[in-house]
Amino acid sequence: MLSLYQRRRIINALWLGISFLMMTFGLFWLIWILATLAFHSFDSLSLDLFTKMTPPPGSQGGLLNAIVGSLLMTSAGTLIGTPIGIFAGIYLAEYGQRGWLAPATRFMNDVLLSAPSIVIGLFVYMVVVLRMGHFSGWAGALALALLVIPVQVRTTENMLRLVPNTLREAAAALGAPRWKIITSVTLRASRAGIITGMLLAVARISGETAPLLFTALNNQWMSTNMNEPMANLPNMIFQFSMSPYQDWHTLAWAGALLITFSVLAINILARVVFRDKNPSY
Amino acid sequence: MSRKYSEIHVKRQAIQDISFHGVTALFAFLVFALLFGIVLSLFQGSLPAIKTFGWHFLWSSDWDPVQEKFGALVPIIGTLVTSTIALLIGIPVSFGIAIFLTELSPRWLKRPLGTAIELLAGIPSIIYGIWGLFIFAPLFADHVEPWINDHLGVLPILGPLFQGPPMGIGILTAGIILAIMVIPFITAVMRDVFDVVPPMLKESAYGLGATTWEVVWNIVLPFTKNGVVGGIMLGLGRALGETMAVTFVIGNAHDLSASLLMPGNSISSALANEFNEAVGELYTASLIELCLILFLITIIVLSLAKLLLLRMQRAEGRSS
Repeated sequence: MLSLYQRRRIINALWLGISFLMMTFGLFWLIWILATLAFHSFDSLSLDLFTKMTPPPGSQGGLLNAIVGSLLMTSAGTLIGTPIGIFAGIYLAEYGQRGWLAPATRFMNDVLLSAPSIVIGLFVYMVVVLRMGHFSGWAGALALALLVIPVQVRTTENMLRLVPNTLREAAAALGAPRWKIITSVTLRASRAGIITGMLLAVARISGETAPLLFTALNNQWMSTNMNEPMANLPNMIFQFSMSPYQDWHTLAWAGALLITFSVLAINILARVVFRDKNPSY
Repeated sequence: MSRKYSEIHVKRQAIQDISFHGVTALFAFLVFALLFGIVLSLFQGSLPAIKTFGWHFLWSSDWDPVQEKFGALVPIIGTLVTSTIALLIGIPVSFGIAIFLTELSPRWLKRPLGTAIELLAGIPSIIYGIWGLFIFAPLFADHVEPWINDHLGVLPILGPLFQGPPMGIGILTAGIILAIMVIPFITAVMRDVFDVVPPMLKESAYGLGATTWEVVWNIVLPFTKNGVVGGIMLGLGRALGETMAVTFVIGNAHDLSASLLMPGNSISSALANEFNEAVGELYTASLIELCLILFLITIIVLSLAKLLLLRMQRAEGRSS
């Protein structure tokens, strides 16, 4: 018979061992996915990707139109969403002590933060695409902007709250009006955090497929006109990998590699920016 | 002269102040109203389907675009079952990872390991989809599903769940891939709540001779249970609405079958696959109603998550 002490030690070791296994289990998927991507797409990485259009099945080509479309819509989405998110975040952090609007908005924003992106896509389809009568790059950008907003609201509010009240009081004692305190003292103090939020939002939307499905659709050709259906990397990957053609598969893998590594790079960059400016984190 | 100037100055500043406040409040209201806007417009879009099918839509398993008969049962069940599988796998794994990161890991490893798990959340869902379809599903069909058939398929009651042709794609595959995708979200919340357990409580338990596991199970977990459940709900919210990864591997069949190895459909993958090709008012409206149902379910789940996490924060405020 084991003594109570020994039994407790064994149970402890057992569970901690399982915890360690779970950790390796989690890392295993990350490494597997990244390794597969690198392995499958390395051959297809060439300059053609960045200089040629997406080809019809059975011929050579690249992803230029999809890359351009993705860049355009991601930047437009960020440019629309970020200011709205920052203003709403300022309200929550600076004016939100009283009244019902701030807590209610905070709640809704948290729900939106995890809401299914396909719902956002369908919403923009109903509101914009149906009214305009056709799919367009602007509709895609708007859908992405709606995904940027909650991320930006959340980070802006959190970052502004980290600014010590003494800074606000000092500025107020100098006679600065409230809007000036916010724009030139608190916002400036939390600049790094807000940029981090923006980067994280960009990382989130640059891989989003579902919201673009019903808004920007896709486009086989080059288009820089945001009023037309627009090519984009995620939907290109979707369409190409669901097709039966081998060379389309290869391109889909190349696109997957491009997206994943740019998203991961932005993610890591965001952490570095934040850590450099806030050493305590 | 100078007095007049300063009066104008003060007045101008007051106006600027009020307008700045107003502008920020306007944008906050915009964010607040967005959710209602989405629900309203989806409701409006699904009116034809609601009028035609009524409540029957919810438990009808019809999906016949030719005869225009639609029901939401198959996709709803698909969504719920895949999310359940995801949670069954995801919860213990996330718990293990969170314990490892907060209690076991050496200090210098904490950050890199934590970041690595967070990066799992950074990988776009379409990547999980393409990887699941081309890499995971074939391996799963060749090596795992025959084993599942032979060993789990013969169990007395649960058996039928695990019998079926090893095709690689299906409900179970979708659930497993969803599990990988929700792990980082659940882990992040668990880690955060485990970190706020007052060190004094843990140290007291250690002082009484408790092992690490006993401290986790008897001190950390009871203290953080609201937060842990909140994190799980947050993961559930993510799993319910996940679209692209599921669309690739679920098989998109509007059939109800007892087996988890058979292809099925989820709300989001039905939308992704059929919406752009849907012809006819009723077909489109039915898909929009599916979307509305999905959105309402996620709103409920996420609100519960938020309430639990808020309660956890409040309890924390009282104890410190």
